Amino acid sequence: MKEAVFKIYRGDSSAGKEVLYKVPVEEGMVVLDAVHYIQRNLSPDIAVRWNCKAAKCGSCSAEVNGKPRLMCKTRLDDFNLNDEIYIRPMKSFPVIKDLVCDVSWNFEVNKKIKPFTPKENTKWIMKQRDVDRVQEFRKCIECFACQNVCHVIRDHNLKPKFAGPRFFVRIAGLEMHPLDSENRLEQLKNEYGIGFCNITKCCTEVCPEDIHITDNAIIPLKERVVDRFYDPLKMFFRKILSRR
Amino acid sequence: MSIATLEKQDKKALSTNRTDNWWLEPLVYAIGLGLFLVYATWAAFQGKNYESGPYLSPFYSPLIIVSWWKFSPAFLILWIPAGFRLTCYYYRKAYYRSYFLGPPACSVKSPSSTYSGETKFPFILQNLHRYFLIGATVLLLFLWSDVIKSFNFNGKFGVGVGSIVLLLNTILLSLYSISCHSFRHLIGGCMDSFKCGYQFNLYHKISCANEHHMFWAWTSLFMVGFADLYVRLCSMGVWTDFRLL
Repeated sequence: MKEAVFKIYRGDSSAGKEVLYKVPVEEGMVVLDAVHYIQRNLSPDIAVRWNCKAAKCGSCSAEVNGKPRLMCKTRLDDFNLNDEIYIRPMKSFPVIKDLVCDVSWNFEVNKKIKPFTPKENTKWIMKQRDVDRVQEFRKCIECFACQNVCHVIRDHNLKPKFAGPRFFVRIAGLEMHPLDSENRLEQLKNEYGIGFCNITKCCTEVCPEDIHITDNAIIPLKERVVDRFYDPLKMFFRKILSRR
Repeated sequence: MSIATLEKQDKKALSTNRTDNWWLEPLVYAIGLGLFLVYATWAAFQGKNYESGPYLSPFYSPLIIVSWWKFSPAFLILWIPAGFRLTCYYYRKAYYRSYFLGPPACSVKSPSSTYSGETKFPFILQNLHRYFLIGATVLLLFLWSDVIKSFNFNGKFGVGVGSIVLLLNTILLSLYSISCHSFRHLIGGCMDSFKCGYQFNLYHKISCANEHHMFWAWTSLFMVGFADLYVRLCSMGVWTDFRLL
């Protein structure tokens, strides 16, 4: 039987190293299957977070050969099995043990976002064409691969000032909602630091749900921020109209 | 709970755990954009050989010749398409990755230690993209007028290879402008609810074009350079325009 060689990051609070494991390959195997094999047969104490094994819960995010991926959606036949396959935890978040990271910062950011606020006396009727646009954002499974790959968080560690792509997707879903009345643009510019995003599109590249994060969420939000804060003509007309 | 982070590791610039050829894409973009920049700057500085028969180079359209301007007429108009492409959401990705290495590729460490994104000068000026879109749209009208003129050979309808080149160039430039993110915002992206089905249909079509914005950006860039080269070489007599009709 063919074997795949894995080098998996094993570490705790103080230090870590890459440990080599050999796993027999079966047809249709994904990286998470291999980690489960290791847990069952070679190293029962290896820590890995997982739940659905169907790319829907977003729990098993890790970096496979340096790329953020869901382990349950990464097939072994995508790799050359003559080479070693590296599995490391998400780099942007603190490691708790082995492949498990502490992603709680994301939940703290989420709490700060102004929730859906319907207009007064809302008639709860929406047109399908208005709903279609925000529907895409509901596909997010919060795997945080986009947060992990975003260089603003990963390389520059601007976490306190920058919310990250996952939350721009959430805000886009709220801001573009036809029945929402809340305005989050000031928050978006000042607290969530959308200006730090320089559109390098890594978030879109790694999204396992194929959400067009940059084109459909971040850029439209940036354009709305421009409308409100940077467009000199719009600012001028807004001033004139508010005087009347 | 005590926690370690991998963040502390891999502090070196361009460090990555990626095992693929991640450097290839930014390198190709850097070479492509660099070649165009060098050629466009050279062509703009020439100030001659921009007309041949009914053809006018897109770098010089509309042709503005005024006595007080001592430099090449190209510089009077080229700042508009240059600004449009420089602030374009697609090109931003390309040159931030290729020239500023910020980051050069996904999951590859950016070498810069300080980062302010597009919150400070000069990158805050990227927010003026919509104004360059308006300017570029006006220029497109002139380019379409040049296309019509390119089918007019001494008052008679004719088709030369140059006419086809200019037509193709203007079609690609139009598609590049139509697929612009700012245009998409203007058409319906700025609204939470579309006014009518027509607006939604238009928005939907622009969104479809927008999905291929990168394709239009590169093909139109190549074609505009080639159109100038074609007219220039015809004008210099290096090659002769072939009449199809």
